Amino acid sequence: MSRGRRMCLIAAAVLCCAGPTRADQPLLADLTSHLIAITTGFTGTSVVLFGTIDGPGDVVAIVRGPEQDVVVRQKRHLAGIWINAHELAFAAVPSYYAVFSNRPLEQIASAGMRGLHQLGIGNLRLEPRDAGRPEGEISTFRNALIAEEQRQGLYAEQPNSVSFLGDRLFRANISFPANVPTGTYFVEVLLVRDGNVVTGQTTPLVVSEIGLNADLNEFALRSALLYGFAAVAGAALLGWLSSLPFRDA
Amino acid sequence: MGILDIYLPIAGVSLDIVGLFILGAAVGLLSGVFGVGGGFLLTPLLIFVGVPPAVAVASSANQLVGASVSGAMAHWRRGNLDFLMGALMLLGGFAGSGLGVWLFALLQREGHIEIVISLSYAALLTTLGALMLLESTRAWLRRRKPAASHRKLHQHSWLHGLPFKLRFRRSKLYISALLPILLGFAVGVLSAILGVGGGFVMVPAMIYLLGMPTAAVPGTSLFQIIFVSASVTILQAVANNTVDVVLALVLLVGGVVGAQIGTRWGARLRGEELRLLLALIVLAVAAKLVFDLTVRPDNLFSIAVEEP
Repeated sequence: MSRGRRMCLIAAAVLCCAGPTRADQPLLADLTSHLIAITTGFTGTSVVLFGTIDGPGDVVAIVRGPEQDVVVRQKRHLAGIWINAHELAFAAVPSYYAVFSNRPLEQIASAGMRGLHQLGIGNLRLEPRDAGRPEGEISTFRNALIAEEQRQGLYAEQPNSVSFLGDRLFRANISFPANVPTGTYFVEVLLVRDGNVVTGQTTPLVVSEIGLNADLNEFALRSALLYGFAAVAGAALLGWLSSLPFRDA
Repeated sequence: MGILDIYLPIAGVSLDIVGLFILGAAVGLLSGVFGVGGGFLLTPLLIFVGVPPAVAVASSANQLVGASVSGAMAHWRRGNLDFLMGALMLLGGFAGSGLGVWLFALLQREGHIEIVISLSYAALLTTLGALMLLESTRAWLRRRKPAASHRKLHQHSWLHGLPFKLRFRRSKLYISALLPILLGFAVGVLSAILGVGGGFVMVPAMIYLLGMPTAAVPGTSLFQIIFVSASVTILQAVANNTVDVVLALVLLVGGVVGAQIGTRWGARLRGEELRLLLALIVLAVAAKLVFDLTVRPDNLFSIAVEEP
């Protein structure tokens, strides 16, 4: 925390003194790191978002993971057991979605504005892949999807997480759980003044497996057949080796 | 979080490496004590600790390759292998595991794989546990009056009227080649869907249905298990991408250590009591599975990412 804070201050100081062309931009923001490396010991991590604004206003940061299709299934009680009976597929669902702001979103922008910029989990546009399902059913499954993502720590709303140091410098701690999906993320920082989005800036953030994990995963996906043979050979070798010390037992 | 978490690349979850090692050792211990493969306990236990069921099944199969090689070496050195019988069972086994992995992929796409795995295990373990409990109690009661009855090696039935008869030298049998092929096929399907070796089905079937001499059974069934679990591992890796080698190897190292300790303990305990104990363990796992299936879950909804 303290190291992050120090880095933030140094970086902000650099930004402030970066010359006249940069200083007159209304919003400047960056991350302490643009790469989250998932190594063998990975148990989640966080990066610090920091920046500066040119006057009073609210800062909202939206972090979005790569989009994917997600199937939501509902269990029913059938013949004594609980079994998946209904399903609904949603298209282009962000694999990670978190909103950070300096105060609750309702106080920062009107409902219309929040809907327009998809500010807040409730304003995410999650649409079924196939049209024609009744609206009540869609909203049940949509709520279930959001609840499950929140339970896994992949969707979050943190209303008081952007803190100001003085009037202009701000920082926010963006944390990711161990199960964070890999891919390219986008961190969108918005400056809101009197309920209107004045300006915005988008910064990429890459979440990627690194080292042995990445090599194994790539091996398993690219050359699955060879990976299968290698897995078998490795296990057989280990099994044979372990039988040697007990040969005469 | 645990003592020393390790990120499993294919499973995509972070688990305690010491816990996994102990889990492998515990199952290895059981397999050493009782002389069973232990796959039927390993897969459900992995699911209990949070490994996705599909990854648990495929990685158990991978672990099984190593565990059976380790066990088979001892039997093969003593020549306890009916190669012809093993090869025929393997022929069926390859076909069965192919069908099993295909079924597995289909069920996974439709979202029913977890329920099929749980239901199959619940049925299998309940039956197995009940049979073992019955048998071991009866044996324990019978121990005082050992009225040794003369039993024929095997009963002759319609099974022995099937065509394509072959002579099996090592087993001193003259039976249809279809029998070992069909047995191997059934075990192959089971192996692919449940991540088990199938020894607990195969061994009784080889003794009572095929009529093989007991000495040749473990070596021959391990022969079949090695190659079928290898085939399941490769097919799962290609078709479903669910083999986690890191998980399999950690379990294997634990399993090998556990099996060696277990073999020593097993020699000191009495047979019927051992089987009674195993029956109770198997029934406890079955009870947990049945409980999870029948009690209303906290969350009725689940989500799954669709692969593009």
